[in-house]
Amino acid sequence: MAREISFGFNGNPVKMMVADHWTLLHLIREELGYSGTKEGCGSGECGACTVIVDGEAVNSCLYLAAEIDGKKLTTIEGLAAADGTLHPIQKSFVENGGIQCGFCSPGMIMSAKALLDKSPNAPEEEIKEAIAGNLCRCTGYVQIIDSIKAVSGHGVDEPHVVAFKTDEADRGE
Amino acid sequence: MQNLCSVGKRVPKLDAVDKATGRVKYIQDLKVPGMLYGKILYSKYAHARIVKIDTSRAREIPGVLAVLTGEDIPDIRMGVYKDNRPLKKEKVCSFRDEVAAVAATTPEIAQEALKHIEVTYEALPAVFDPEEAMKEGAPLVHEAHKTNLLKMPWKLHYGDVDAAKKEAAYVVEDRFSTTWVTHCCLGTSGAIAEFDPANNLTIHSNTQIPSLAQKDFLDVLKAMGLKDRRVRVIKPCIGGGFGSKLDTYAYEYIAILLAFYTRRPVKVEFDRTEEFIATSTRQPTIAYVSQGCDKNGKLLFRDVSMILDNGAHTSWGATTPHVMMMVMTTLYRMPNVRYEAKCVYTNNTYAQAMRGYGNPQATFVVESSMDMLAEAAGIDPAEFRRINANQSGDVSTQGLRITTCGLEECMDTVKNQLEWDQPQKAGEGVGMASLIHVGGGARVYKSDGCGTMIKMDDFAKVDVFTGATDMGQGSDTVIAQIVAEELGLEIEDIHVIHSDTDVCPWDVGAHASRTTFVAGNSALGAARKIKARMLELGAKQLEAPLEKIRLQNRHLIHKDDPEKKIEIGKLLRKTHFSHGGQMLMAEYFYDPDNENVGKDFRGNTSMTYTFGTHGVRVKIDEETGKIKILKYVAAHDIGKAINPLLLEGQVYGGVMMGVGYALTEQMLCEKGQNMNPNFRDYKILTAKDVVPIEAPVLETYDEDGPYGAKGIGEPGCVPTAPAIANAIYNAVGVRIKDLPITPERVLAAIREKKGLDPCGQEAGKDDAEECVIEE
Repeated sequence: MAREISFGFNGNPVKMMVADHWTLLHLIREELGYSGTKEGCGSGECGACTVIVDGEAVNSCLYLAAEIDGKKLTTIEGLAAADGTLHPIQKSFVENGGIQCGFCSPGMIMSAKALLDKSPNAPEEEIKEAIAGNLCRCTGYVQIIDSIKAVSGHGVDEPHVVAFKTDEADRGE
Repeated sequence: MQNLCSVGKRVPKLDAVDKATGRVKYIQDLKVPGMLYGKILYSKYAHARIVKIDTSRAREIPGVLAVLTGEDIPDIRMGVYKDNRPLKKEKVCSFRDEVAAVAATTPEIAQEALKHIEVTYEALPAVFDPEEAMKEGAPLVHEAHKTNLLKMPWKLHYGDVDAAKKEAAYVVEDRFSTTWVTHCCLGTSGAIAEFDPANNLTIHSNTQIPSLAQKDFLDVLKAMGLKDRRVRVIKPCIGGGFGSKLDTYAYEYIAILLAFYTRRPVKVEFDRTEEFIATSTRQPTIAYVSQGCDKNGKLLFRDVSMILDNGAHTSWGATTPHVMMMVMTTLYRMPNVRYEAKCVYTNNTYAQAMRGYGNPQATFVVESSMDMLAEAAGIDPAEFRRINANQSGDVSTQGLRITTCGLEECMDTVKNQLEWDQPQKAGEGVGMASLIHVGGGARVYKSDGCGTMIKMDDFAKVDVFTGATDMGQGSDTVIAQIVAEELGLEIEDIHVIHSDTDVCPWDVGAHASRTTFVAGNSALGAARKIKARMLELGAKQLEAPLEKIRLQNRHLIHKDDPEKKIEIGKLLRKTHFSHGGQMLMAEYFYDPDNENVGKDFRGNTSMTYTFGTHGVRVKIDEETGKIKILKYVAAHDIGKAINPLLLEGQVYGGVMMGVGYALTEQMLCEKGQNMNPNFRDYKILTAKDVVPIEAPVLETYDEDGPYGAKGIGEPGCVPTAPAIANAIYNAVGVRIKDLPITPERVLAAIREKKGLDPCGQEAGKDDAEECVIEE
C-alpha cells in the first residue's frame, strides 16, 4: 500500500507517494537521496539516524515515513546556511574535536540541535542526557560534550591537556 | 628548535567540515551503476559436517543472479595461517562460518533468497574452552591440522627465571582471564567489487591495509585463474577501525566472487547483527603469572604462561603474543623473563587485531600482579613502580632500545593530579597502571614503510599522496601539518589524498600506532625534497645564498632582509612557465630502521616506545558492588604533540574504550553462539558514562620521530583495566582477576571476603535460602 503525503524537508515543501512499510530513514536515504543521515543499527539503539521532526530528535530508523505527513523534517543537510556557513553546533564540533570517524556525527549534531533549540543554555548533565542515545566509539564523548557546551555557554576555560616538558626538551625554544 | 606555525597547533581535522555536514561518503553511501547486492548465509552449527546444500529454490527467485557455495568456488585460502575459506566446504567450524552467498538486484531479494537455501548438516562434537581443546581426545576443529594447538611457538626465556625465583624475597602467583570484546565501529563493514572486461578488479572497501589487501586480492584472482591482472583498492570514508579492518575478510572475497560470476558490480554490506557475529574480536586469554622481587622491591623475574582462544580460524589475533612479549620483557626493568603463549583452536568466533593488539590483556596481567607484589613487599604501589621504572638509554633483555622514556614523570603527574597520598574516604581507592607500546613503527612485515608523493601546482597548493589510512584518527591532518610546516604554507593549502591504491604509494597499514611516526616521517622526507628545490630556485631569484632563505607565510624570504621576498606561487609559476619549464614534484619512501625479531624473539621492533601511566580514583558501593570512577588521569610520553586537539581525542577515546573493556563490555558467547549481537545487550559506554578524564602530555622529543613525535593511537586503552582493578583493591580489598569487572563480581568478592555466601547470607546458616547467582 502507498499513500501521498506532504511535508517540509529542510525548509522546502515536498509532496510524494510513500509505501506504508518505509521507514523515515529509507525515505531520506533511498527515496530523497540524502546520505548524511546514517544507519548504524536499524533498531533505534545507536542514534546515527537521528533527525528532527517538528523540533523533536527522533530515530528515523524506527519512524514510519507515512507519519511525516504534515510535519517538518530537518536532516543534517538542512543545518548549514545556503551560502555554506556552518550552523554554530557544526562549527563547534569541527573546532573542538567532536568528530573523528564521523559516522555518528550527523545524528549527534541533530540531537544536540534539538536540545539547544529548546534549551539554549543547557548545562552538562542535560547535554549528556540528550545525547545518551547517540553512540560514539571514537571520541569517548569528551570532546563531543565540549563541543555542545561551547555553544550552550558552558564551554571549558582551558584545554584538557596540561602540557609539561622536560628540561632537555625545552632546549632552544 | 624553531618557532612552529602548524605543528603543535590545535588544527581541526581536515575532513571535519564534510563530516559535520553529512557530505562524506561511507561504504553505506556508495552505489555503482548496475550494482547487485550480496548476502551471506551463516552456519547453524558451531561444528558440523555439511552433508548437502540445495540452492535450486533460491536460484529460481526472480532477481537472483547468483548463488554460490563452497563447492562452486576455487580453493581460496584466507588469513595468516591459510586455514579459512570465503565459503566453507565439507564442514563448518563455527556459527560465523559462511556457507552460501547470493547476489540479487535488491538487498531484500537477496535476503529472501537466503531463506530458500537448504543446508543439511550433521552435527559434530564441538569444543569451546581452549584448555579443554588442548586435552587428549578433544574434538579437532581442523582434522587435517591434527591438533587444536596452533603451530606458532610463542616462547622466550631470557636470563634465568628459575634461579631468580629462588633468590627472590617476595613472589606472587595468580591466574587472570579476559573475555571477548569487539570493535563496535559505528559504520558497519562492507565492500563493492567490480571487474572490467579484462578481469581487472576494482574494490571499494573500508580497509586499514589498502596495500596488503591489494596483495590478498591479487592472490585470490590468481586462485581464480586470473593471472597478471590489476587490483585497485579504493577506500571510502571509514566509519571506525580500531584494528577490525587489518585483515581481509570472507565478505570481501564473496563480493569479488559474486561480481566475477555475475559480471556485475556487487556490494556486500553488513547489518549490525552481522557486524557483531561476523567480524572478529579481541582474543580472550587465560594467564598464569608469577613475579618476584628482592627485599628492596627490585624486580627479579617475570614468568607468564598464556592461553589464547584462537577461535575456529586464524587471523592476526594469533600473532598478538608478539606485542605481549614487549610488555612481558620490557614494561619495567626486568632481568629475567619467561613467556609462553599457546593459541588454541576452538569452535568459537575467531579473533583479530583490536586497539592495543594484545597489550591490554598482557598489561592487565602484569600490572595487576605488580600491585600484588608491591603489597607482598610492603611498598606503596607507585613507589614500587618507580623503583623499577624504565629509563632513557635502557636496552631490555629482548633488545628493545628505549631512546626516550618519560615513565617516571608520567607516574609523578598521575600521583599529583590524583592526589595519591591524600587520606581516603571509606569505600574510595586509588590505583595506577603503566604502559609501554610501540611508538616508532613496528616491523612485523618485510617492510614497515610508507610512501609519499607531493605535487605542487602553480598557485602553491599542494597535493600530498600518502600511503597512510585515515579512519577517523586524523592522520591526514597530521600529515598536512607536517608538510605545511616544512614548506612555509598554510594548512588550507594542503590536500591529502589517501584513498586509492592507483594513486597512493605503498604502506604496510594503519596498525601499531605507527602512522604519525612512519607516514609523518615519510611526508617529512618528501616535503624536504620539495623544500630543497624551492630554496635553490628562491636563492637564484632573490640573488642570495641558499642558506639565507627561509620559507614562511607562503613566501621565500631573505633571512637578513625580510623585505627581499617572493611569493611561493609566483616562484612556482616562473619556474613552470619559462624555457625548459619545470614543476615541483617529489616522492619519498620511509622505512624505519627497526628490526624484525629473530628466532629467539629478540630485536628492536620499533624505533621508539611510547610510555604512559594511568591513575584512577574509584568509589565502591559495598552493598551493590557498583563502581564509580571519580577521577581518571591518563599521562603519556608522546614525544611531541603534533596536534594536541587530535591527541586528546585519541587518549579520551582510548580511555573510554578501555573503561568499557574493564567494566561493561562482554560478548556473551554460549556454546560458540553470540548471545548479545546488538547495542542493547553489548554495553559500550554512552555519554552518561563519561568519566572525568585528565590527559596530561609529556613531550620528550624523540630524535627519530617527526618533530619528535611518537605514536599514540592505541595506548589510551592499554592500562585502563588494571588501573581500575588496582583502585578497587585499594578501596575495598578485593582483587578481581577476570574481565569485565562487573558489580556482580565485585559484590561476590566483597561477600566472600566477609565470609558471606554470594547472596550475602552467613555461610552455613540453616535458614538461608539456596543461593543462586547468575552472571
